[in-house]
Amino acid sequence: MQVPRNWRLQKQRYSLIGEVCEHCGVKLFPPRDVCPECSHGAQTLYQFTGMGNIHSFSQVFDPPNGHIENTPFIVALIQLEEGPMVTAQLTDIDIEHVEIGMEVEMVTRKMSDDGTEGMIIYGYKFRPPIVD
Amino acid sequence: MTIDNREPDLQAMKPDIPVGIVGYGAYIPRYRLPAEDIAKLWVGPSNRVPVTEKSVAGIDEDVVTMSIEAARNVLARADVNPIDIGAVWVGSESHPYAVKPTSTIVAEAIGAVPNTQAADWQFACKAGTEAIQASTGFVGSGMTKYALAIGMDTAQGRPGDALEYTAGAGGAAFLLGTAEESVATIEGSFSFVTDTPDFWRRQNAKYPQHSKRFTGEPAYFKHIAECAEQLMHALGTKPTDYAYAIFHQPNSKFPQQVAKVLGFTTEQIATGLLAADVGNVYAGSALLGLTAVLDVAQTGDRILLVSFGSGAGSDAFDLSVNDRLSLCQTLAPTTKDYIERRTVIDYATYARYRGKLALI
Repeated sequence: MQVPRNWRLQKQRYSLIGEVCEHCGVKLFPPRDVCPECSHGAQTLYQFTGMGNIHSFSQVFDPPNGHIENTPFIVALIQLEEGPMVTAQLTDIDIEHVEIGMEVEMVTRKMSDDGTEGMIIYGYKFRPPIVD
Repeated sequence: MTIDNREPDLQAMKPDIPVGIVGYGAYIPRYRLPAEDIAKLWVGPSNRVPVTEKSVAGIDEDVVTMSIEAARNVLARADVNPIDIGAVWVGSESHPYAVKPTSTIVAEAIGAVPNTQAADWQFACKAGTEAIQASTGFVGSGMTKYALAIGMDTAQGRPGDALEYTAGAGGAAFLLGTAEESVATIEGSFSFVTDTPDFWRRQNAKYPQHSKRFTGEPAYFKHIAECAEQLMHALGTKPTDYAYAIFHQPNSKFPQQVAKVLGFTTEQIATGLLAADVGNVYAGSALLGLTAVLDVAQTGDRILLVSFGSGAGSDAFDLSVNDRLSLCQTLAPTTKDYIERRTVIDYATYARYRGKLALI
């Protein structure tokens, strides 16, 4: 388990904080400091709303280490309402109810842990909104 | 040395600066386990189960994730920048770490770090209300502008134990600030505690123990009744002054009984009595009842809230609803929204989600 790496990424992972390009207005997630559209610096932090739509999805039956207890789980490409596409797990929904195009919202959930004595890693997942 | 037996000067706790709830937020997980399912497995009295069903946290949920969602619901209702929150206090008996605060993770996730106080509270089922009392003092003394108090639990019950029928998951968060910008003013509070051995969990034990004969009369009923009566006496109020009353709800029966003893009607406690639908959510129990009441309360309504934590003690609060409440009730999911978002699971799924199966 990479404790320093997860610590460095926790702002974006807990809260979906990315960046906005002050030059052309493009929103970036994950943050990358340089705008891929206009190549200007883009280091202004931006809090995404967490709302988006499912672009595509699949179900994982052969998981990486640390995710065995959560298997099978659903992974989706989420088009955030501000533009960026993120890959994330879906939660609080069964596979038969997932549809391409459906609206989802970000929640912070447990992603994995390093056994009973190691760190618990938290991050973003997406689920159908509580209220339509 | 003789013991000084004089009667104490009983006054309601009130801060120098009037304080109130600026924002509130509930959280209940999606899953429900019917009590009858437990009764079938453990051959219990299925026609006398203490609740209809209990809420169960998903496999990717714990007190951290649930507190974050409740805190985000608070911020959706309160027009407050999280950097102005001077304390993030989480009360629970199921903090994910024995050492490493829940509160710093929650503070980080909502953007309250780094210039904030953060701490975890523990007092069985009243850990959340003591965080509210401390927040009231913190704000009311002028030490900070806002303090966030959370009561949240993923309660543990040993398989087959009586507690397994009710040990649920959920809770609520409250942002305390000055009364003038609040949705409900805290008119006063009172605490009543004794060393009563009704329920405990040792440091490395997975499940709690309880001494059955202490559970009701010397623990729950004595502490709640004394605390409520003394607060009302100190404030000069009577049960009929309150539109709503909420008592800690380890099951459906206890809060109804204590309400009757104190002179409250079924109607006064109905809105905040959620145990039948979610079970006992421990540190979140009475607080979830309060969010359900705040979802529907109207200006001028007076609310009595009394928690109970094993070990044992009660915190009582007298709140009065302000005009601002109606402006924020629909800005985040209501308690009813969460109760109605329900997926029934069987005992096997519950055992998997709550770590009762060992993957060897």
